[in-house]
Amino acid sequence: MNTDEAQQNPAAGTSQPSGAKARPAVVIGGNRIPFARSGGPYAYAPNQEMLTAALNGLVARFGLQGQRVGEVAAGAVLKHSRDFNLTRESVLGSALAPDTPAYDLQQACATGLETVVGLSNKIKLGQIDSGIAGGVDSASDAPIAVSEGLRRVLLDLSRARSTPQKLAALRNLRPAHLKPNAPGTAEPRTGLSMGEHQAITTARWNIDRRAQDEIALASHTNMAAAYDRGFFDDLVTPFRGVVRDGNLRADTSLEKLGSLKPVFGRSLTAEATMTAGNSTPLTDGAAVVLLGSEEYARQYSLPMLANVVDAEAAAVDFVHGKEGLLMAPVYAMPRLLARNNMTFADFDFFEIHEAFASTVLTSLAAWEDEDFCRNQLGLQGALGTVDRSKLNVNGSSLAAGHPFAATGARIVASLAKSLSEKGSGRGLISVCAAGGQGVVAILEAR
Amino acid sequence: MTDTYLNLVNSGPLKKVAKAIGLPRPVPLRRYEPGAPMVPGPVLVLGASAGADGLASTLLAWNLDVRRHLRPKEKAGAVVVVLDDIASPGDLSATFLELGGVLRQLLPGGRVITVSRTAEAQVEPAVTAARQGIAGALRSVAKELRGGATANGVVLGETVDVDAVSVRAALRFLLSGRSAYVNGQFISVRTSGGSEPQSWDTPLAGRTAVVTGAARGIGAEIVRVLARDGARVIAVDVPAAGEQLTRVVNGVGGTALHADVTAPDAGELILNHAATRYGSLDIVVHNAGITRDKLLANMDAGRWNSVLAVNLESQLRINEALLASPDFSADGRIVSLASTSGIAGNRGQTNYAASKAGVIGMVRSTAAALQDSGRTINAVAPGFIETEMTARMPFATREVARRLSSLQQGGLPVDVAETVAFLATGAAAGISGQTLRVCGQNLVGA
Repeated sequence: MNTDEAQQNPAAGTSQPSGAKARPAVVIGGNRIPFARSGGPYAYAPNQEMLTAALNGLVARFGLQGQRVGEVAAGAVLKHSRDFNLTRESVLGSALAPDTPAYDLQQACATGLETVVGLSNKIKLGQIDSGIAGGVDSASDAPIAVSEGLRRVLLDLSRARSTPQKLAALRNLRPAHLKPNAPGTAEPRTGLSMGEHQAITTARWNIDRRAQDEIALASHTNMAAAYDRGFFDDLVTPFRGVVRDGNLRADTSLEKLGSLKPVFGRSLTAEATMTAGNSTPLTDGAAVVLLGSEEYARQYSLPMLANVVDAEAAAVDFVHGKEGLLMAPVYAMPRLLARNNMTFADFDFFEIHEAFASTVLTSLAAWEDEDFCRNQLGLQGALGTVDRSKLNVNGSSLAAGHPFAATGARIVASLAKSLSEKGSGRGLISVCAAGGQGVVAILEAR
Repeated sequence: MTDTYLNLVNSGPLKKVAKAIGLPRPVPLRRYEPGAPMVPGPVLVLGASAGADGLASTLLAWNLDVRRHLRPKEKAGAVVVVLDDIASPGDLSATFLELGGVLRQLLPGGRVITVSRTAEAQVEPAVTAARQGIAGALRSVAKELRGGATANGVVLGETVDVDAVSVRAALRFLLSGRSAYVNGQFISVRTSGGSEPQSWDTPLAGRTAVVTGAARGIGAEIVRVLARDGARVIAVDVPAAGEQLTRVVNGVGGTALHADVTAPDAGELILNHAATRYGSLDIVVHNAGITRDKLLANMDAGRWNSVLAVNLESQLRINEALLASPDFSADGRIVSLASTSGIAGNRGQTNYAASKAGVIGMVRSTAAALQDSGRTINAVAPGFIETEMTARMPFATREVARRLSSLQQGGLPVDVAETVAFLATGAAAGISGQTLRVCGQNLVGA
């Protein structure tokens, strides 16, 4: 990229397309367990069991039994302390070779996509030939931390040698210490839940209630249709008797969605528009993606669905209210497109993860807004318009559910299959994450 | 499902009681174990023809302890009765009476195997009568045997030599524990084609097999036996059974294919998967089947049609795709699951019996069309097999059904699987169009 272009588009930064000289990293296929509403059928399924199930389904689909895969990367957002080595333990519990290395990664809801990016880069560099990326989350089987007071008492007790010392430690115990710290989704730095944060953004961008409900309806109808035509036959393996995503409502309608009461943004001056219908519920599940070099895919006669072209992460300052919590992908997108000399017109599929329907709508609105793109993104004008007929065509988080770390792998596998079915073209992924972060990525059909 | 009665009469105080009052005393059957001797003792070859001498040489070449006579009280593991050149009913007498004289010397799990020529051909009535006489005599012998011993026959086509590959393959199968629950049956060898495997321990090495309905029961066992015999297995079942299918596949190192056999493109899907992942398809086992039992008086169209669609019409459609495809090997093997219900009929199973009888007809007709090719098609008709399905039968009905066979017990899924695996070998090239019962010589459908 020359200096002129960089000046024309400061948001583009100065980095090179990461895939310029490297060998391609290919999406071979994916597998996930059906996603279930939290507190439902997977209420007592630990993360490790779900991730192992997702891995085993992938192993079965691609005949990887006993094979040493280059590396497995996955993670969970809500993670027990006992799961410090979650991915490696899941590998050991799976049918993969026990000498398959693994690591955990955590980037909130972008975890799954970030593992795809990380392993793809290793493949592109020739460090590994194959990799499995993914994520798992259980909002049901979440860790509960004990109070700080109880924790200190327990630590003192474990260090005590003699009985008097033990009794002394226990004497510091107070009834109030027994109240556990229940897990929550509130941002630590603002104390606001993700929904409340998004409600502020929704209001700022004047996002209409009906438009949100339309996004939700499209997610359900698209996903139901995809199931009916067998699109998920080679992407999903049932788990604990669950065969389809539990959140999917094939029979929902604008009327039904319109009848729901708002749950977020009720304390704001603007009209509250975010309901349980156009917000993604807490979900349990796991998803993985098999990645490889072309040589690896050929060696094992595996399909090649799409190339992982490039990815970009961004973060925003939501703490001081400068930007909405879930707006980071909006900033990552122009940098990614500029680096690859692409515009929205270059894409056949858009996978924009909906933590909430309004997340998608605010992102689209921002990219269409001349002032915002000029002032906030440093562009010459509006970034562009996303063709809505290309958006989340096989359903998305609202219908599937959103087990935080699992979402990225779900999206990558589904998009890669869509591209492979079409036989040409590109797909764009956008995933927002807690902590004001976001990751966007490009896949290209083989 | 455990056979409690079988365990009771084989150990403890009830053993003597059962013997004293003449209760049926089923014994645990001799089943195949890799590395174990083919036969539990010496093999006695009866018959005066050149064929008998030839077969004795063959058996000697397998390192068996071959005898032309037994000393008094000497035990034998098997008796092979060669009657390939008999010309009149009078020729039966000497050999069968000699057989009668040694039946008491047969070891538990022993075998009686006749080798004779087809009675279907247009030959002298006296010849046909003599040949057909063997069928009645052998089936009676099978009912006389105790201690888990069985009696079966190999029937040669008019031009087939006793040393033909498929004759040897059939003999090995019938002598070994692989045929534990095959009793009172005849295997017809129609041509001298086929080749011996490099190793009889892994006769399916290098072959790619598809098993439908592979997630549980008999299907899962077929997957395991084909894999044990060296085949690479593609296990097919409906997406909803994916969880069990994963377990089966990961146990044997194959690949799972989530597909509905009744889908119009099921054949293409299977062929495509096999060709892409393994280069070709050599064996197809049509095991997928359902029951929707009801008395015909109460039968609705849904029950009738779904059973015919899954059990029969899917097989016809998939076969059509297979036989038109160059990806299905020139020496491809198709094995269909029929049922003794399709032979004898069963109260409340008109739909099921129609579908399974249909399979028998389909196999006969397809075999005729394949006559000049290296491809074969056969059916296996299980009798009472201990599965989840038969475990749901009422207690008394189940007990009666179990004791109705000459072996006085139900078979195991592995017994069906062994027969399927035998028919799937390259060495079984001369066997086509047949329906081989795996029923312990059940009275039903005899």
